[in-house]
Amino acid sequence: MAETDRQVPPAWNAVGRHGVFPEASHDEIARFNFLTNLNMHLASRVLPGVRKAYESRVENGSAPANRREVGELLKREPTYQLWSSLRRNTMEMRQQNSRAMVFRQLPELVEKARQLNRDSNKLQLDASVEIPRYVSAVDTHCMPGSYHTEYCEDDIAAGANYDSGIFVTTAGMLGRYSDGGGQALVEWLREEAKSGFRPKRILDIGCTVGHNIVPLAQAFPESEIVAIDVSAPVLRYAHARARSLGIDNITFRQENAEAIAAEDGSFDLIITSMFLHETSSRALPRILAETHRLLADGGKAIHIEQPQFTPEMPPYEQFMRDWDTRNNNEPFWGTLHDLDLFEAMEKAGFARENITTRGLFAVVDETLFPSAAKAAEDSEDYGRKPAWHTYIASK
Amino acid sequence: MTFDPIDMAGNKARGKRPVFFKDTDTDRLLSILMAVAGELAVARERVDTLERLLEARGILERAEIEGYEPDTAAARERGLWHQEFIARILRVIQQEIEQFDEDREAQQQARKENVSATTELEELIEELATS
Repeated sequence: MAETDRQVPPAWNAVGRHGVFPEASHDEIARFNFLTNLNMHLASRVLPGVRKAYESRVENGSAPANRREVGELLKREPTYQLWSSLRRNTMEMRQQNSRAMVFRQLPELVEKARQLNRDSNKLQLDASVEIPRYVSAVDTHCMPGSYHTEYCEDDIAAGANYDSGIFVTTAGMLGRYSDGGGQALVEWLREEAKSGFRPKRILDIGCTVGHNIVPLAQAFPESEIVAIDVSAPVLRYAHARARSLGIDNITFRQENAEAIAAEDGSFDLIITSMFLHETSSRALPRILAETHRLLADGGKAIHIEQPQFTPEMPPYEQFMRDWDTRNNNEPFWGTLHDLDLFEAMEKAGFARENITTRGLFAVVDETLFPSAAKAAEDSEDYGRKPAWHTYIASK
Repeated sequence: MTFDPIDMAGNKARGKRPVFFKDTDTDRLLSILMAVAGELAVARERVDTLERLLEARGILERAEIEGYEPDTAAARERGLWHQEFIARILRVIQQEIEQFDEDREAQQQARKENVSATTELEELIEELATS
């Protein structure tokens, strides 16, 4: 009998460094390695057990008609309780570990960012921007202080924390710079270019630390890019990060996505990456309306998200995908995935026949990240694997 | 600016922490246990680094440990070690999962051979004793 060829995630040492990336000690790296492997264990060894527990309960009773009923069954199930508790713990530990690393060297990191951000007109902060409730009321992903809290002058801690921890949550499957989503957009744009779509002006909404927009700036240096976010610490970090990676065609602006200061029709391409689920029912139509207003004729808006909860999706899968709503501080996750995004985009002004959806897989270096390539094909982690649904609207 | 990085690292996220077990003490104990497990993994990884460096160079300098980067093969071996370590700690869960298959097989067996469908040892002892 042949031994199983186990997939091993890359050691955290493989993470891409740049000018404001925190320096990790040996033991800090080891903590991330443990958590990465624990996340993989939970996904590949424990999660299938939750499924079996569910199936065995269903066999002995009536089949749940919706995800709420699935939850009622599962919350009494020890395997589910344990899996949930461990998964929540890995998120909390990830936050504690990266915050410990960031805060012990924060003064140095702030200074590095200051140097990189000095005299640049490509970082445009606006202290009058109010933090919307969907950012301030909840610490998304169990990240204390969310994206916006500032601990000192010129703070970048939230950015450094987010940037260094994401590799653990995704088991490195987004690549060295956690930019597999952005790299996938680059591939998509190269395909689109064959039929003549070559955007000159690009807008990234909810950019955080700029993971997904930097690959576009690298691949299309002649394009003019604006990346917006409401949170100053992630923008300072994003600008310094991009600059240290040699990028000079992105302007990072502190702005609310619900009312963007730009002229009608001034962008050819508008992107959101895993952003819509971090907003709200009131904000979403306004943001989509802004994408319609800001797009030039012939332009496209592309939103990277998870698949919607349609009636065709089994209640068990819906429940598991909805887990993060309550247990990983993603309060709008379930609501967004229940929405008909096609309808929401239509209401924002796009013609129904000009809206499509397609799958998108993270594009990463497969020699360095063989487990990422394999995971894209044969595993399901209900929202964690680097494979998304995109919603594309053309104007 | 004054920081206490240790306190700040452990700050809680806004909102009430979800409870998954019947008894909240279980949630609390598991959190502590996983932190201990993590720290043990860290200690083990440090020893691994030390051993590899000693083997490779025959000397030991602290700075070298901080700077050590596993090559592809070492990273894979370490990853496998983590997986085995985690599997060892979470053995009880693996066994609970295997129980589902065992129960299913027992039920199929019971239907086919008209024997007890239970996998409880006591009942099996009784069954074996009386048949």
